Amino acid sequence: MKHIKTINNATLKNSLAKGGCGECQTSCQSACKTSCTVANQSCENK
Amino acid sequence: MIHKYTMYDTNIVLDVNSGAVHVFDDAAFDVVGLYKNETRKQIIESLSEKYSGQVIEDAYEEISELESKGLLFSEDAYSDALNKWERKPVVKALCLHICHDCNLRCKYCFASTGSFGGHRTMMDLDTGKKAIDFLIEKSAGRRNLEVDFFGGEPLMNFDVVKGIVEYARIREKESGKNFRFTITTNAVLLNEEIKDFINKNMHNVVLSIDGRKETNDKMRPRVDGSGTYDRILPKIQDMAESRNQDNYYVRGTFTRENLDFSEDVLHLADQGFKQISIEPVVAAKDSGYDIREQDLPKLFEEYENLAREYVKRDSEKCGFNFFHFMIDLQQGPCVIKRLGGCGSGHEYLAVTPEGDLYPCHQFVGDEKFKMGNVHEGVFNSDSQKDFQKSNVYTKKDCAECWAKFYCSGGCAANAYQFNNDINVPYKIGCELEKKRVECAIWIKTQE
Repeated sequence: MKHIKTINNATLKNSLAKGGCGECQTSCQSACKTSCTVANQSCENK
Repeated sequence: MIHKYTMYDTNIVLDVNSGAVHVFDDAAFDVVGLYKNETRKQIIESLSEKYSGQVIEDAYEEISELESKGLLFSEDAYSDALNKWERKPVVKALCLHICHDCNLRCKYCFASTGSFGGHRTMMDLDTGKKAIDFLIEKSAGRRNLEVDFFGGEPLMNFDVVKGIVEYARIREKESGKNFRFTITTNAVLLNEEIKDFINKNMHNVVLSIDGRKETNDKMRPRVDGSGTYDRILPKIQDMAESRNQDNYYVRGTFTRENLDFSEDVLHLADQGFKQISIEPVVAAKDSGYDIREQDLPKLFEEYENLAREYVKRDSEKCGFNFFHFMIDLQQGPCVIKRLGGCGSGHEYLAVTPEGDLYPCHQFVGDEKFKMGNVHEGVFNSDSQKDFQKSNVYTKKDCAECWAKFYCSGGCAANAYQFNNDINVPYKIGCELEKKRVECAIWIKTQE
């Protein structure tokens, strides 16, 4: 493509198929304790 | 739904529902803004003074191609996903309030400088053990369990921390669980023995410091009013080095007293720290420290400046991680996790020194949120289900927000504190979160 560069594909949709195992870290335990951020967590079930 | 924005001359387009991220040139960026409201012919006319017909045609074709591949304007496929995944609530993480007392008197403290509005008390070992038993019992088939030693200041009751870790290590073998411990400390009482224990046993350590000496000492004084920066900085530096600059965070808070907080972040980076989190205060309205709407333009500028410096330092091989700029676009959490958020009140609970259970550390002390007690074996699972049901689709403001899959609906405690309802997000928090996500994605486009 000349006008558009894709940095990331449809990862969210793909994660629906095998998601939801719940083994990942609870976001508030990582650092924040006051501000919810989830997208910086990693998946335990790759 | 798409979200488009320009940051430092980079045009970025997010396809909200697929998670796709694109960088557009100016022509395509202008075309995509009109794509859903005008016909191809109308768009060519509208933009004819800026671009040739061929350029517009080409950009239009590329947008159409991405749309047909589900990478632009994709449909929301998740609104009923949680129903499909609905299951018995499981507790997988506890925040243990080891000590409702503190050796500091931080002015913005949401825990009333350690007491959480009650008496200054310590958790005993028996309560800690009961909490571990409770977690194992309520975690059902979940293997990875987390326990955070929190306060007040947990180092004031460190023997109990050691006893709980020892007990949990015995119980994890027989129950087939994997405990991950973290501790959140102000570092004042940190010594060699405690450091060694933490390094052997804790998956993560959160070390509180606000940044520059003047910032830190103004907000984080001792009981006698003296500052702590000079005492804690070398201890925290030593701790970070002893963990090879990984699996820790230096964690600070900014208030409207230091809206130039990017200077505090960079100060910590200049002291050699590689894992940094400086976050906005959650203070009561009109407490004097709370972030107000009129502060937002300055704070947006600060985040943008920080993002630029972040990329620059990374390119010079002296980069650092800033917690709120870390986004894993490729292998981040699944969409189920992103719909539900932090898990407070169902997956994640707080335990007070008396063994009382609350939806999270920020609800502690508000009696109407008390969910039970580990000694009495009482647990209000109806309340747990209410928290479990709360997600980005039960929050009206979130359903239409482009950032919902990055922040996952925000902090329930903030929502309750400001709007008296866990399903009505704290607006200033939302605005800051959106700016951080924009910066984080811009940083990804610079890699």
